[in-house]
Amino acid sequence: MNIVVLSGKGGTGKTLASTNLAKYMNANYIDGDVEEPNGFIFLKPIIKEMIEVIVKIPSIDKDKCKKCFKCAEFCRFNALAKTNDKVLVFDKLCHSCEGCKIVCEFGAIEYIDKKVGIIEKGKSNDIKCSRGLLNIGEPMAVPVIKELLKNLDEEINIIDSSPGTSCNVVNILEHADIAILVTEPTNFGLHDLDRAVKLIRKFNIPFGVVINRVTEKENIISKYCIENKIEILMQIDYDREIAIMYSKGELIINKEKYLNIFKELSINIKEKLL
Amino acid sequence: MKIFISAETREKDSLMDPRFGRCQVFIVYDTETKQFTSVGNPGYTSGGGAGIQASNFLIDQKADILITGHLGPNAQEVLKNSKIKVYTSVPKSISEILKDYLENKLVEITN
Repeated sequence: MNIVVLSGKGGTGKTLASTNLAKYMNANYIDGDVEEPNGFIFLKPIIKEMIEVIVKIPSIDKDKCKKCFKCAEFCRFNALAKTNDKVLVFDKLCHSCEGCKIVCEFGAIEYIDKKVGIIEKGKSNDIKCSRGLLNIGEPMAVPVIKELLKNLDEEINIIDSSPGTSCNVVNILEHADIAILVTEPTNFGLHDLDRAVKLIRKFNIPFGVVINRVTEKENIISKYCIENKIEILMQIDYDREIAIMYSKGELIINKEKYLNIFKELSINIKEKLL
Repeated sequence: MKIFISAETREKDSLMDPRFGRCQVFIVYDTETKQFTSVGNPGYTSGGGAGIQASNFLIDQKADILITGHLGPNAQEVLKNSKIKVYTSVPKSISEILKDYLENKLVEITN
């Protein structure tokens, strides 16, 4: 059972919602925001296992290469380029499709391993925690996300997604049974929520919305949700105390008044989405 | 000799586009025939690696000279392994840029 927490807009409270929800439900926590994972700041797991993420990139044998440049013409990601006297490899653009080897008639292409990130697994009390970490300077997060989400447990997994509606989010959503969209009542929040809703509707899974930093219960997001028949699962007040706790790396459910809103969220998930 | 200039439009009096990989078109000036032509840049619509694609296109087109604003590191890597000479200019009209080039006023990008 995988619950994906995503947002559209960044900085709306995905990690706030997913870490506290994982702790409240005693569920596994998986930080899929591999470009900047921050959930471990709050759950503070002890890391027990580290796995390297490796991708295959082409290496050209200069003696075998006849400079026909079929590989460079084939590569739709422009990871291979033709020049006057050789093929250049731009490994950061390579998607590891291994198609260049198929089109090469001279057997000049082999693949070499390249480390792009690591997976860390650990435990925070009873909660199993894992996260992907993309190496600094690497532009492609998908291989790390795919490795992170391989062989997930049967139990409840809360997957903290990256923001936006990019390949990273799509790859996480492929594992989702239900989804929670976290947003805020601002025009940016609404605009990006709408994009995330359009994406998620393609997956045909139940989803609901959490509205964070709320000053009035009736707001542009609640209006949008009613118009589009989307469940509102929780509203979190715009509250200085939450900001203070969060900035110290504390889970807000340690305070009873916030524990109660996560209790409400968990009930709403069970009643409205399952 | 074929001179390629990254440009905003296909008009002969277009402004140079300072972007190389993502410019819409190249204005091509042939120094022998003194004719202007224009050609679309395939890098303009590329999902990624636009500079690499545009560089390969120039090699295919048998360009001798490229005049543009900036080159990214990937495009620079490809073009340095080609016979194409690259000159940089601030955005001006194509005719002004050609005048600057013929008067040796443009700076060559080398690395």
